[in-house]
Amino acid sequence: MEILYKDIDEPGLNTRHVYERRGGYEMLRKALEMEPQEVLDELLASNVRGRGGAGFAMGKKMSFIPKGQMDKYLVCNADESEPGTFKDRELMQKNPHQLIEGIIIGAHAIGANKAFVYIRGEYAHQADVLDAALAEARDAGYVGERILGSDHSLDLVIHRGAGAYICGEETALLDSLEGKRGNPRLKPPFPAIQGLYRGPTLINNVETLMNVPYVLRIGGEEYAKVGTETSTGTKVVSVSGCVTRPGNYEVVLGTPSREIIFDLAGGPPEGRSVKAWFPGGSSAPVLTGSDEHLDLPYDFDALAKAGSMLGSGAIIVIDDSISIVDVALKTAKFYRHESCGKCTPCREGTNWTVKMLERVQSGEATPMDLDIMASVCEQIIGNCLCVLGDAMAMPIGSMIKHFRAEFEAHIEAAREQNGLGAAIPQVNRGRHAGLGPMREPTGVDPTAAVA
Amino acid sequence: MAIDPSRIPRFEHGSRVPGWDDAVDLAKDPAVVPDPASTPVPEHVRAEIEAHMAQYPDVRSAAIPALYVVQREHGWCSPTAIEQAACVMRLTPGYLAAVATFYDMFDTVPVGEHQVYVCTNISCSLRGADAIYDEMLSAAGEDPRFNVRSFECLGACDIAPMASVNGEYVGPLEAGDCRTLVDDVLAGRPPLEAKQLRRRAKATEHWRSQA
Repeated sequence: MEILYKDIDEPGLNTRHVYERRGGYEMLRKALEMEPQEVLDELLASNVRGRGGAGFAMGKKMSFIPKGQMDKYLVCNADESEPGTFKDRELMQKNPHQLIEGIIIGAHAIGANKAFVYIRGEYAHQADVLDAALAEARDAGYVGERILGSDHSLDLVIHRGAGAYICGEETALLDSLEGKRGNPRLKPPFPAIQGLYRGPTLINNVETLMNVPYVLRIGGEEYAKVGTETSTGTKVVSVSGCVTRPGNYEVVLGTPSREIIFDLAGGPPEGRSVKAWFPGGSSAPVLTGSDEHLDLPYDFDALAKAGSMLGSGAIIVIDDSISIVDVALKTAKFYRHESCGKCTPCREGTNWTVKMLERVQSGEATPMDLDIMASVCEQIIGNCLCVLGDAMAMPIGSMIKHFRAEFEAHIEAAREQNGLGAAIPQVNRGRHAGLGPMREPTGVDPTAAVA
Repeated sequence: MAIDPSRIPRFEHGSRVPGWDDAVDLAKDPAVVPDPASTPVPEHVRAEIEAHMAQYPDVRSAAIPALYVVQREHGWCSPTAIEQAACVMRLTPGYLAAVATFYDMFDTVPVGEHQVYVCTNISCSLRGADAIYDEMLSAAGEDPRFNVRSFECLGACDIAPMASVNGEYVGPLEAGDCRTLVDDVLAGRPPLEAKQLRRRAKATEHWRSQA
């Protein structure tokens, strides 16, 4: 079942006339005739959850926005920078008017008169497409003063970012939009109470907002019948990495992961098997190629229960020809580069994790370093203003958990290559350090080969 | 493992840390908001920045758009460029310099006019992006007209390994494409037209037509 991707390649869909011919902006007219509370009720009934990463129910988020006359803002988060994610890019490029319609309806529901689309600077073409679509919508009277004769007014601005992963985090995005460096803010106050220019602000992902016209068309309760009970609707899944047919596939939430990776994306190349996969962008803990993990239904709760998360809905498949150490190092380096440096655990933790992984790769490490790394990751989680540090700690931690044997084998092989000899495991080093001489663990044969 | 001191990389002054930036003059007074009378700003630059400022409730929100304007004008965010933007926006150059240094797409050193960003993040590197980046460096890395750099995920993993050439996404790249890309850019043609992302249909359609 395709909701957002149905006929998305229709020629000229990015122009207003084709979009209107397909029933576009009808829901805007309908929404403007409804009371904001009625629109909100439909969205609450649909139970559509945020498609950007956290998976928070959109209707609920909207209902946190205070009622009454004040400067309220709606910000569309189009800073899609999560490695492996590319759904918003295609959606905005091919169907910009549906996003604009979703934004106008959302703004009407919360009573915002000013809306922004924060699009990442690298998406130059997509930003141009949005600009052109916005100009068309403005000419037709969908954006501006007193939309279609109603008493709702809305000004919409397409704001280009300039290349910073952290600006996809909602409070960093707000700082960036205010013209500052993109540093996250302390929460609470949450943006719904005090956000952009200190006004109540609703921040939603592109895909979430694009679902809004569809929810109104078929009704919230009808929408909630698709998917599973707690994960309603469809999700655009970006599949990439070691698969034969990478791309965006729209699936009903709850579809078995195996079906997405193998039937839709073609699975790993001939003769290879799935070793690990990120179910929700590089920030999600990895899952293994075991049947237990591959048979998981692809929805928010099933993945959370399995110790990972749906995140932005980006599956990155790693096949058995790839060294997990390389993947871990690549991941950690990304987060080190993108850490804004505001909180110490994240700034230092990402840096030292990279250094330790480099030691693992070059063969200077001992298996003890894996424990230190795991403890560094443990101490980042929950100790920063935002979740960027957690986003590195979780996948690295999960890789060490699932593939510890491979890390240790790599360490041994690399040590041997450097002529350093076998690493002797010692129990009272690192986080277990204390006074007294170093002792070897009892019951462990240090010279035995590591699996 | 014994560490050989002579193998430790050091900076010229003998330390392992870079020390103060040469350009930093600690004795200097902090720069104030530039005086319009002594800061010439081209009229079209001023008009464009002011148009951006008018879009936001707070003019500082136009910091990124304004830096884009002056970067395009000067080729990079030079001290002069930042001073011009600061003059129009009535901010200190220091404020805008702080913003410019935060974001990857602002160049605070002179660079070539053609940007080639090669994605070397996870999805692309699983498909050989590191080799493509090396190939691209040997094709144009020495050319002063090009600014070749590796970039974090550009959001086009469906065409991995890929690159963004002057804002145009192309992929999947093979080693031979790097030379063609450089030639296309220098000849003023659209880069690798057949491999441009904007021409690609949605995944189900694309792979059906390829089968």
